[in-house]
Amino acid sequence: MRAGIVVFPGINRERDMAIALERASGRAPRMVWHRETDLQGLDLIVIPGGFSYGDYLRCGAMAAQSPVMESIRAHATRGGHVLGVCNGFQILVESQLLPGALLRNASLRFLSMDCHLRVERADTDFTAHYQRGQVIRAPMAHGDGNYFADDATLDRLEGEGLVAFRYVAPDGSVTAAANRNGSARSIAGILSPNRRILGLMPHPEDLVDPLLGGTDGAPLFEGLAASLAA
Amino acid sequence: MKAVVTVMLKPGVLDPQGKAIGQALAHLGFGDVGEVRAGKVFELELAQTDPVAARNAAESMARKLLANTVIESFKVEIAGAATP
Repeated sequence: MRAGIVVFPGINRERDMAIALERASGRAPRMVWHRETDLQGLDLIVIPGGFSYGDYLRCGAMAAQSPVMESIRAHATRGGHVLGVCNGFQILVESQLLPGALLRNASLRFLSMDCHLRVERADTDFTAHYQRGQVIRAPMAHGDGNYFADDATLDRLEGEGLVAFRYVAPDGSVTAAANRNGSARSIAGILSPNRRILGLMPHPEDLVDPLLGGTDGAPLFEGLAASLAA
Repeated sequence: MKAVVTVMLKPGVLDPQGKAIGQALAHLGFGDVGEVRAGKVFELELAQTDPVAARNAAESMARKLLANTVIESFKVEIAGAATP
């Protein structure tokens, strides 16, 4: 798997992401500066978390206009894989590569804590090393993670099976208390119709090492590495 | 010309900031405040001298960047021009 990590000014999770990708695939990802436009030879483009452009205007709005985004759009159109985590998810919805928007957390509080996610389907390249219905733990750290879309879009996402992860209680049940940022239908991550673009708010890349308290995030990267093994 | 673009969350989109501001106003004793919605205002200095061209340019900017039309609506006012 040849992965590239896009680096915008203000992004700060690119090194965690690089560690997670290299652990899973044995190959160090390429760092791609936001002014670059040549993504040739990359199977997977990752937009990591952080605060691109200081979250000016709206989270992800400025990054969505960067030169590299046109190349990412072309990569996605070719059927390439794209993963956006946290600010990366915000950038994907601002670019309209994924539908909806991420609003300020309903509590207005920045949430920095672990959450539980339910894997809604295991037949995608991102979730192949999980079981359907499996509950995993993942850290989250965001102020604007409240997923919003109109009812028609939400119904379409559910109907086409494009909800990848939901915020749940540790026993896997969907509860209002487990949905701390107030996301519509407890949605934590969504897929594109071809299931090759995944955006999610929590950080699986920050739970891939037992030293950090768990490895629940590792199967996401291992599944990708296995699916995209060259 | 100068264009003023006002961006507001669409009705039905939860506005927790507006809600918090409303609660703060109530705490300050402004009990007669109903719903509060928070938005953004952009003042744009435009090279266009024709109000119609200026409006078209500002609307295009609002659609492409200033507003996220998934969640926000916008209004463009051209300073010094009568609203059509």
